[in-house]
Amino acid sequence: MRLIDSLVRTSRRRSPWLFHLNAGSCNGCDIELVACLTPRYDVEQLGIRLEGSPRHADIIVVSGPVTRTTRAALETVYAQVPDPKVVVALGSCPASCNVFAGSPTVEGPLDRILPVDVYVPGCPPRPDAIIAGIAEAIALLAEGGHA
Amino acid sequence: MTVGRALFQLLVFPGLLYAVPVAWLMLWMERKLTARLQGRIGPPFYQPFFDFVKLLAKRPLPRPPLQALAMSALPVLAVAGTLGALALLPVFPHSGGFTGDLVLLVALLEIPPLCAVLAGFVSRSIYGELGATREAVLSIAYSLPFLAALVALAAAANSLSLSVISQQAMWQVRLPALLALALCLPVKLRVNPFSVANAEQEIYAGATTEFEGPRLALWELAHGLEWVALTGLWAVLAFPAANAAWPLRAVVFVAISLALVLVLAAVAAATARLKLAQAARVYWLWGSALGVLAMVVAVVWP
Repeated sequence: MRLIDSLVRTSRRRSPWLFHLNAGSCNGCDIELVACLTPRYDVEQLGIRLEGSPRHADIIVVSGPVTRTTRAALETVYAQVPDPKVVVALGSCPASCNVFAGSPTVEGPLDRILPVDVYVPGCPPRPDAIIAGIAEAIALLAEGGHA
Repeated sequence: MTVGRALFQLLVFPGLLYAVPVAWLMLWMERKLTARLQGRIGPPFYQPFFDFVKLLAKRPLPRPPLQALAMSALPVLAVAGTLGALALLPVFPHSGGFTGDLVLLVALLEIPPLCAVLAGFVSRSIYGELGATREAVLSIAYSLPFLAALVALAAAANSLSLSVISQQAMWQVRLPALLALALCLPVKLRVNPFSVANAEQEIYAGATTEFEGPRLALWELAHGLEWVALTGLWAVLAFPAANAAWPLRAVVFVAISLALVLVLAAVAAATARLKLAQAARVYWLWGSALGVLAMVVAVVWP
């Protein structure tokens, strides 16, 4: 049993698949996240893959201050990701709503809606910071996420 | 074919014990070569294995009972069908086989695409349905050259037994038939330029969009096994030397399979995705031309 547990933990650490959700972001953080896949950073060597379907994902990466129109989608997508899962707040917007704080169309910050595990601050954060944040999320995932 | 021999081929070589690690190796080779050609480092070689274990360990989502049953049974059926097809490959010349195993092989190789089409529709996702429709259209298009090439080989060898065909088909027939089969490989494996069925980033993951955890793990395994079975079929037909010793045959079989994976991955990395109509046209036109050429030579050659 212990052998299987450690195998599962290792495989969760070696194969985290991301789902990226834009909850009203200005596209700045999104560009930086995609930059992680390019030859300069190449996160695929860590086993990280950006998946198109939330059903395939382990880590949900949310950017943007959570606008009124994206809230329902955010909740649906969160329910669609199978356990164990981890939520990463990408950039300053999901952490504090940034310059959008106080806007009547914004329902964030993100932790009012979903349990956030890792914050990656920055406007936008550098790809290095994003990879560091995802590494933190991977460690949480290996221990079974927050579920 | 004795029971022991059949079990050996199903469970050891070229079946389960050989095919599963090689399936993971081929999936890794494809991703790694793509990464290297794009100037990236790419995933380590154990990546598909850890992907598989991780997906197995995810908790399945609650679904209506009948849908859950169908979504679990379809990938299992795809894995089983491909393993059965692998067991029929005559890697060793006198390993038995029976008259008509060609027909069984064709039927078993058609199971995974059929399951993928059903899976796309049973998952009731718009992206799954789109992927399933494209898969169905393409499978009609590539079936013509694929079947024509195999029928031409069978006619040339005057037999429906795979081991007789791999030994006795004439090279005048074998060459166009092998070209037609090679043309069918990328679309059957859903890689560029014929990846429109699972069109990554466009319709998410096609038929498997809604599949999660263990069910997705089985689809990944079925996909890897398809790589082994289809490249293996090509390798068996391309290397007929009957009097070679069995270790040499096994080594050449594996070497041709892996070389074919490299070629397919390089082509996939170098090309862009064709639209559905364009991809279907390639098979109706050029694939059929090759298949018909092989058939005409097989019938007309004295």
